[in-house]
Amino acid sequence: MKILVCIKQVPGTNKVEVDEKTGVLKRNGTDSKMNPYDLYALETGLRLKEKYGGTVSVITMGPPQAKAVLYEAFAMGADNGALITDRKFGGADVLATSRTLSQGIRRFGSFDVILCGLQTTDGDTAQVGPEVAELLDIPSVCNVQRIEKAEQGSIIVDMDMPHDIETIKAAFPCLLTVKKDICQPRLPSYLRKQQTMKKDIDIYTFSDMEDKDEEKYGLTGSPTSVQRIFPPISDKVQEHLEGTSRELAQKIYATLKQKKFIAG
Amino acid sequence: MAKLLIHQEKITDAKALAMICPFGAMQEKDGRLSINAGCRMCRLCEKKGPKGAIEYVEDKKAPQIDKTKWRGIAVYVDHVDGSIHPVTYELLGKAKELAGKIKQPVYALFIGSGIKHKAEELLHYGADKVYICDKSQLEYFKIEAYTSVFEEFITKIKPAAILVGATPVGRQLAPRVAARFGTGLTADCTILDIKENTDLVQIRPAFGGNIMAEILTPNTRPQMATVRYKIMDAPKWSDTATGTVHELAISDEKLKSRIQVLGVTKKPKEKTIDGADVIVVAGRGIKKKDDLKMLEELADLLGGQTASTRPLVEAGWMDPKKQIGLSGRTVRPKLIITCGVSGSVQFVAGMNHADTIFAINNDPKAAIFKTANYAVKADIYDVIPELIQKIKTGGKAL
Repeated sequence: MKILVCIKQVPGTNKVEVDEKTGVLKRNGTDSKMNPYDLYALETGLRLKEKYGGTVSVITMGPPQAKAVLYEAFAMGADNGALITDRKFGGADVLATSRTLSQGIRRFGSFDVILCGLQTTDGDTAQVGPEVAELLDIPSVCNVQRIEKAEQGSIIVDMDMPHDIETIKAAFPCLLTVKKDICQPRLPSYLRKQQTMKKDIDIYTFSDMEDKDEEKYGLTGSPTSVQRIFPPISDKVQEHLEGTSRELAQKIYATLKQKKFIAG
Repeated sequence: MAKLLIHQEKITDAKALAMICPFGAMQEKDGRLSINAGCRMCRLCEKKGPKGAIEYVEDKKAPQIDKTKWRGIAVYVDHVDGSIHPVTYELLGKAKELAGKIKQPVYALFIGSGIKHKAEELLHYGADKVYICDKSQLEYFKIEAYTSVFEEFITKIKPAAILVGATPVGRQLAPRVAARFGTGLTADCTILDIKENTDLVQIRPAFGGNIMAEILTPNTRPQMATVRYKIMDAPKWSDTATGTVHELAISDEKLKSRIQVLGVTKKPKEKTIDGADVIVVAGRGIKKKDDLKMLEELADLLGGQTASTRPLVEAGWMDPKKQIGLSGRTVRPKLIITCGVSGSVQFVAGMNHADTIFAINNDPKAAIFKTANYAVKADIYDVIPELIQKIKTGGKAL
């Protein structure tokens, strides 16, 4: 089975503040790490390989330093990796990112299963997975909480839905986004880390893309545009409710109703 | 392609300028600046740096689309076997408000099998036209088939904007549709507004809710946004339904799918407190084990779970899995009501990220009041029965 896992480097913390005067993002430190959700996708890939054989490849998109997450994946057991990087890809929204990623995946090889984390901790949209599947014209299943088994040419998985669990058989190639409860990610191995420290990775830039229409990438290729950023208006209140127990019950009731915990 | 030009001669302090970049994409070497692939074109360096140091160059203007060709606000009807998810009504309410501002119609798109008889209901919530695609192949949510129906709808109706509930179905369907049309999709919007030129103003939290971002899709149609449940207000059911129901035709060829639904298993009701939206917590103010029934009743009425502080678990009154605090679980519900909880540091650490905190305690000096959004100084044995009564007579939990 040829398995690909899409991973992303994200800021170590999402504790950012907006400087109210200048509108500039204040970030504490420039630490970065692998998107925690991607660890579950990678672990799922490694377990599939252990059970059915094959290879686990990893791909990421970002600035040159994003290759760190590829090496982190190698230390966990991934076989090879590719980095998609170019200034022309900067400022990409969901669509432009998905285009770049799907082009990079085509360049990297053909895969039976593409695994993605449910979402990232920085963008938080959970949209790139399904968009990549659409652009690669392959079926996708999101919210996968269990892999039942792989068969010849297909995989059977459980998709978590609000009221029930749907057991789905998806034909290869397909894309799955996995939930955190699918498995517990392993820790990177020190030995493997030592062995893979100098491993070669593939680096793809704009010139490696099959679709060379510059208008489709980066900021220019992004249909959405951020107009402004601002600090959230805090609705944290500190109120003391007083009165008889009947009045208090009425006040609590009214507040719960206003906050939509009670219908009506 | 738009790019940033660096005018090195106008830079006085390269290090300071590099610091402006929130993505660390500017590198200073020997007093000269360069921009790497980390650049997200936020243009803060252009705006906040020394005047003229960074220049934004847009080499050619993209042709502007004709926005008048895209009319109306559409809502995707989220449902399970025909029972419509309430987020749909909330979105219809919002769509009606937005459509009113630009004097355009509200559409609803209803996809499934054996759902025809439910379409009428949507008219009572303000839909002007309900487009329904009722086919046996659409019995289960199959992403490719549903995307194809969505494509037919957009191609035929050309709505200016489409709102989709951020449910497990909506969250995977909307991106596929957006990618097929090469259009923008903004996830989890909390505020929506519309401009005269039909540009949808989409506001969503970013960086885990630490900042808010205002997003436009200025030159692409349709505009797409997802919204979570209980963010918008549902409109009142109206007696008059002036809208109409239309069938949306699609060829069987387009409903082919490479995924097969093998089976559906009902999920057991969530019993853990980790994922609960509403939690009612019992503290040492509870006098005997039997009194917990009162809190269970309140939790049931609010569709939530009960939990407790450590002493009650040690007394054997509560399952250890339901203990909140440093030695128990950390929870982040939308609503937490603490009953007779004093509020030790260890307990508070396990629940202070709840969205709304009610604390009921008869001790005015209880530490929990410092954490509470609503501090209720009262005896739980007086106020909770009153509250239960009030909810029972006044309305049911959502």
